Amino acid sequence: MLDEVISDLRAQLGSEAVITDRQERRTYECDGLSQFRSIPAVVVLADSTASVAKAVAVCASAGVPFVARGSGTGLSGGALPHADGVLIVMSQMRTIHEVDLVNQRAVVDPGVINLQVTREAAPGGFYYAPDPSSQQICSIGGNVAENSGGAHCLKYGFTTNHVTGVQVVTPDGELVDLGGGKSVDPPGYDLMGVFVGSEGTLGIATQVTVRLLRAPQAVTTLLAGFASTDTAGAAVSAIIATGIIPAAIEMMDALAIEAAEAAVNCGYPAGAGAVLIVELDGPVEEVDHLTPIVQDLCRAHGATEIRIAQDDQERALIWKGRKSAFAAVGRISPDYIVQDGVIPRTALPQVLRAIGELSRASGVRVANVFHAGDGNLHPLVLFDDAIEGAGERAEGVSGAILELCVSHGGSITGEHGVGSDKSKYMLKMFTDDDLDTMQLVRDAFDPANLSNPGKVFPTPRLCGERPGRRKGTHPLQQAGIAEIF
Amino acid sequence: MSTLKVLARACGQEQVSAGTDKDAVDGVRPSYVATPRDADAVAAVMAVADDENLRVVARGAGSKLSWGNPPTNVDLVLDLSGLDAVLEHAAGDLIVRVQPGVRLAQLQDALAPAGQRVAIDEVVPGSTVGGIIATGLSGPSRLLHGAVRDLLIGVSVVRANGVAARSGGRVVKNVAGYDLCKIYTGSYGTLGIITEAIFRLHPIPAATAYIAVSAPDEETAGAKVAAVLASQVTPTAIEVDRPSPDSQMTVCVLVEGFGPGVTARAARVEALLGRDAVVSTHRPPWWGLLPTAATTIRMTCQPSGVTAVARAVARGGAAVHASVRGSAGTGVLYAGIAAEADPAEVARLLAEVRGVCAAEGGSAVLLDAPAPVKALVDVWGPIPAITLMRKVKQSFDPQRRLSPGRFVGGI
Repeated sequence: MLDEVISDLRAQLGSEAVITDRQERRTYECDGLSQFRSIPAVVVLADSTASVAKAVAVCASAGVPFVARGSGTGLSGGALPHADGVLIVMSQMRTIHEVDLVNQRAVVDPGVINLQVTREAAPGGFYYAPDPSSQQICSIGGNVAENSGGAHCLKYGFTTNHVTGVQVVTPDGELVDLGGGKSVDPPGYDLMGVFVGSEGTLGIATQVTVRLLRAPQAVTTLLAGFASTDTAGAAVSAIIATGIIPAAIEMMDALAIEAAEAAVNCGYPAGAGAVLIVELDGPVEEVDHLTPIVQDLCRAHGATEIRIAQDDQERALIWKGRKSAFAAVGRISPDYIVQDGVIPRTALPQVLRAIGELSRASGVRVANVFHAGDGNLHPLVLFDDAIEGAGERAEGVSGAILELCVSHGGSITGEHGVGSDKSKYMLKMFTDDDLDTMQLVRDAFDPANLSNPGKVFPTPRLCGERPGRRKGTHPLQQAGIAEIF
Repeated sequence: MSTLKVLARACGQEQVSAGTDKDAVDGVRPSYVATPRDADAVAAVMAVADDENLRVVARGAGSKLSWGNPPTNVDLVLDLSGLDAVLEHAAGDLIVRVQPGVRLAQLQDALAPAGQRVAIDEVVPGSTVGGIIATGLSGPSRLLHGAVRDLLIGVSVVRANGVAARSGGRVVKNVAGYDLCKIYTGSYGTLGIITEAIFRLHPIPAATAYIAVSAPDEETAGAKVAAVLASQVTPTAIEVDRPSPDSQMTVCVLVEGFGPGVTARAARVEALLGRDAVVSTHRPPWWGLLPTAATTIRMTCQPSGVTAVARAVARGGAAVHASVRGSAGTGVLYAGIAAEADPAEVARLLAEVRGVCAAEGGSAVLLDAPAPVKALVDVWGPIPAITLMRKVKQSFDPQRRLSPGRFVGGI
């Protein structure tokens, strides 16, 4: 069966686009979540919409599963290959087809790197808003699959709010245009809306139209030190209650600050129990008006030190500590788990206390880094895999944190996706009927269940998948290619 | 047992009645009307509809029931006006959870004491939250705050077979599972009955300014729109209005924010719009409303196409005195035509603007019109992904129980 698929793929796409050598295939065995590994049966390097359509059509007629992969930076194992399937690598499709500043759109290939879109638009005074911290390396196609967020989604929203058109190869190999492209609200069901964030289970995006925003006239980045996460959290609530929506509000606790200082020497206020980074952007008059108000609110809630970036260099330094936080915990712990959960912002003090109690009770250290404005927590659960049972204890704490999020009315994932990692938690958040209803969409797009099977929804384990330990740093981080946050 | 009795058992004796002419959906009279009091009763009624093979149309305020095609048949109108509670307003979390029968104005009143609002405009006065979601009807402020689809973060529905299901949640940042909020928004009641909705909220701005100017023609208006779009003043909305083909076109820009900032930004917009621009704190009477007319065409295009679309309405619609209004900044315009217009002339105008909209990357839909006009035209126009949409409908509602025939491609 597979031999036939391989020869069909070679006939359709050329031999050089089809990889069967085991060592070469092995390069693709995991994405950014490296404890899930599975070597794909075949790898296809797609270089055009037509070649994706051909590859999918071959899979569809043979009943062979396929998985699309962009830059492989995902943190939930969404691009984990199928051991008996075809991995379709999209990273060669890197053309920016059009940057239309008048209509504030860019039309790009799925393999185009996120930051590249902003680089193309920047000379004209525009940018692409969603900014996952892997934006130097992650692809737009992957962003579409995962509905990626970033530090600035508090004000600007997620990928789903910035994609206006997607060309999709459906799981039966057909090509279809979803969304309005340069216009909005095309008549009919908003299939683009459900495609974004479907984690590759509804087909493969082969071209994406994104919204470009006019760059803000002014930006203020403010760093404030607090005695505790409680007082910092109170300052966040006060800012929101005043009717201010900053572009970003980020928080780090003492352990995360310690790690960041050790790693990048970012010069955060000494001895702080928590720091806040607040970024305001917009018309200069608005930003000038709001900056002192935010300063006063921070002071009123016990800020011990407030620093405002005077130029881009100082701004970069403030962000550096935050952006390097994940990698930095490698300085204070040999191994760690990056969690991604969401809670209602007002539950922040209770949930942080509960995480603290979990940590004390289990003896597992937890560093907290989060997008405080929208309640998206990234607890870093620290452990040493050399110690017998430490990995299991860390897994236990990590899972308990997700349960805390759900019990406070939050979500099991804010931006990293469900993928292979969290499908087992879906039933904590949704009923069988909820998941069956989502499955109705899957049935319409992919009745044979060939497009990235086994992800998102709880299913039995894949046969090629083997459990492994989380080994500290992300491979791309180790290589110095990407930062993650 | 009679169907009426089974329905009464599902949602209460007082909550069911025989349909009357007043309950007709775009001219199609239902046999029954059910007015359930809560989401469980909605599920029970839909289970009965499934057993008894009833065709169902959901109704809120009934303000947009004549939009789209008339349904092929209706046995039961499911009136959701009894589900009119604001269930939870978590001001600190900037979210609200509501039932579908809540009127938008009532919701805004409930949110205002906390200094918050849902950033959705009341485009059709009296609209309920459920009706706004079902039609995906967004107004001027979508330019800055996004459309209904962007503000809806959680939804509960009852499916055609009576099964209740939820998608999304009560936190804004959430990527767990498929985002079915998107697929229900603008689905005209053809996939499920909405029983609960969760929206993200925005602060009510401390200050607002409307900056308006008259333009003698479409080109001038289009150039003013483009100038504001290209600026860094961060407008909330850029609207245009022309009451008839021979009148001037008004361009009006809304700026919102904090006091001193708004004053300065309004002055910048004033400079962009030209010498005759006027700054006011009062919104123009036409702001954010559909044209008051028997026939409404919704036209979308890339923002640079607004000039061409407005011109097509003026020239092609001269005979029927078509007005044009809408969100030039996002490329959504509405043409309004009076009831006495010749249906053949309206059909000709629709065909003409449909061509121009398509050339400008958009589409034209006959939103609402008297029956003789609808009978002459394809209300929805060509739909590129119709095959996939039919599969979705088939998957959710294989019996075609919900709003049959109203939506695209006869879905």
